[in-house]
Amino acid sequence: MRPFKYSTAPDPATAIGLVSANPTAKYLGGGTNLVDLMKEDVMRPAELVDVSRLKYAKIEKKGSGVSIGATATNAFTANDDLIRENYPLLAMAILAGASAQIRNMATNGGNLNQRTRCSYFYDVNMPCNKREPGTGCGALHGVNKNHAIFGWSEKCVATYPSDMAVALAALNAVVQVEGVNNTKRSIPFADFHRLPGDHPELDNNLKQGEFITSIDLPANKFAEKSYYLKIRERSSYAFALVSVAAALVTDGNKIKEVRIALGGVAHKPWRASVAEQWLIGKHATEANFKAAAAAELKNAQPLQHNKYKVALAAKAIIRALEGAMQGGAYGTMEADSTSKN
Amino acid sequence: MEEQAKLPDLTEAERKALEELMPDEMSEIITSGIKRRHFLKLFAVTGASLLAAHLLGIEQLMARSAPIEQQAPVFIENGINISFKVNGSPQHLMVDSRMTLLDTLRERLNLTGSKKGCDHGQCGACTVIVDDRRVLSCLTLAATCEDKKVTTIEGLATGNELHPMQASFIKHDGFQCGYCTPGQICSAVALMDEAKNGEASYVTANVRNKNKSIKLSDEEIRERMSGNICRCGAYPNIVDAIREVHGDKAVAQVWQFADGTI
Repeated sequence: MRPFKYSTAPDPATAIGLVSANPTAKYLGGGTNLVDLMKEDVMRPAELVDVSRLKYAKIEKKGSGVSIGATATNAFTANDDLIRENYPLLAMAILAGASAQIRNMATNGGNLNQRTRCSYFYDVNMPCNKREPGTGCGALHGVNKNHAIFGWSEKCVATYPSDMAVALAALNAVVQVEGVNNTKRSIPFADFHRLPGDHPELDNNLKQGEFITSIDLPANKFAEKSYYLKIRERSSYAFALVSVAAALVTDGNKIKEVRIALGGVAHKPWRASVAEQWLIGKHATEANFKAAAAAELKNAQPLQHNKYKVALAAKAIIRALEGAMQGGAYGTMEADSTSKN
Repeated sequence: MEEQAKLPDLTEAERKALEELMPDEMSEIITSGIKRRHFLKLFAVTGASLLAAHLLGIEQLMARSAPIEQQAPVFIENGINISFKVNGSPQHLMVDSRMTLLDTLRERLNLTGSKKGCDHGQCGACTVIVDDRRVLSCLTLAATCEDKKVTTIEGLATGNELHPMQASFIKHDGFQCGYCTPGQICSAVALMDEAKNGEASYVTANVRNKNKSIKLSDEEIRERMSGNICRCGAYPNIVDAIREVHGDKAVAQVWQFADGTI
C-alpha cells in the first residue's frame, strides 16, 4: 500500500474542509472497500480523513419518514426497530449483502460510495477506463459474464454491487449531502449514482469533499408487501448475479403502487420503471408479473457472456413480486428452501 | 554433557531422538539451534513416520531456538500513536498509517492467533471482536482503533479454562487444518450475542418480527457464519459446535477414537 496521511476529523466542517482542499483525499468510513482497493493499488489516495466517529449515526423519525445516519453501520441499520418495522425491504437488502463482519464495519455513507467495479477494474495489469481513463475496457469484449445488461457504454460495462442501494432506489430515498461553507443539498436516489457514459471514472454525482450526512426514507405503505430476492452463485456471501427489490400496495388484488429495482444488471441500481408502469392498475397475477418483466427486459442489451441474465432477471422479477405478495417471508420463494432444517 | 546444560529443558527423549537421527549434527544443534539444513537432512535420513514420531519434540526445540523479539519497525511513515485495549491489557503503539489491525496484532503484539488468509476481506480467518462486534482485522486500519477494545482468540479463555465455544469446537471436531479456526471461533462467539439481541439475517423468516433471544436454526447458523470460509470443509461440525453452545442441551459428538472411546 502506498503511504498516506491519516487524520480523524473532530467535526464535519473540518473533515469537509480537508477533503475539499485536497483532490487526492478520501473519506474513510468502515474501509471495507477502500482499504481493499488501496491494498490492490487500484485506489491511491494520499490522505484519508476518518469520518467514522462523526455524530451521524442516528436512525430517527423525520417528518412522516425516517432518516438514517451516514456513519451508522449497515448492521446497526438493518437491526434498527424503525427500519425493520417500516422498511423491511431495506433491512432484507442490507442483510443480503456481504458478511456479518463486513456489515458490522461498513457505514451507510460508505456503502453508497463503494466503487462500481469488476475484475478488470481490480487487476492493475488490465486496461480499465474506470481505473485509468483512456486505457480501454477489458471487459467489453473480454470475460463479461458478471457484467451489465442495461445502461452500459463502450467505455464501461461494470455493475454496482450494493444490495442496500437497490432497496434505497426502490424506496425513493433522498441522499442528504453537505459541502464546503455549510452548503447543503438533497439528491434524489435516482440521481445519486451515474451510468458510465463517457466518464466511467465517476460512480456518483458527489463533488470532491461533499459528505453524505444522512439518507432519508419517505413514508410508504409497502411494509406489508415487500421482498428482496438475491440470486448468486453460492447461497451466501457473494455478489448478486441479479437481485430484485420489489414492493407493492394493492387494493384487493389490484395493484395501486409498485416499485421494482434491479441489482447486478447495471452501473447503478436499475429502476424497472417500464415494468412498474405496466403493472399499475392491473391485477397481481403471475401472468401480469410475467408480462411486466418481459416488457422491462425487452430493452436489455446483453454482452457476449451474460445473455443468461436477461432470462434470470425476468424470472427474478416475477419471483420477487410473488414473494412481496406473500408478505416478504424468507423461504417462501427460494429455490433451495428444501435445504431448510 | 557440559553442552546439555545450555538447554536444560531439552528432555532426555528429545535429545536421544536427535542423537539417533543426526549424531554428527547434535553438538552444533545444541550450541546454535536447529537450522533449515538440519531439518532437510532429517527428511533425507528418516521416513515420514519416523519423523512424525519425533516431530513434537523437534517442534519444541525449534520454538525455543528462535526467540521472537518484540521490536519496533525500522521505518514508519505517517506514524499514528494509538492507545487501545487488547484482551484486557492497555497497549500504546506508534503505527504506520497503512498498518492493519491484523498486522499490528501479529507483528507488533505477538498475537499470532488471528490468521492472515486472503488479506482482502473474503475469508474471515482474521476475524476479531472490536467493541463487542465481530470485524475483519485485515481491513481495519490500526489507526482507527484508538480507545477501542479488541478481543482475539487469545483473549477468550479464562486462564486454563477454555471458552465454551473453544471447548465445543474440540468436542465436535470443528476443524481439520485449524487455520480458519481462530476466526471461526471469534465469529461464533460474537454470533451468540447477536442472537441474544434478536438481530436478523437474510434467512430470517420475517424481519418485522423483533423478538429477542432468538433460536437459530442450522440454516440460520450457516447463513450467519458465511463470512468464515473453511477450506477443509468442516462446516457440519462447526454448525454442531455452535448449536451446542447456542442451545440449552448437549449435541451428540459424532466421532470417536479407534478403540471406541470418545
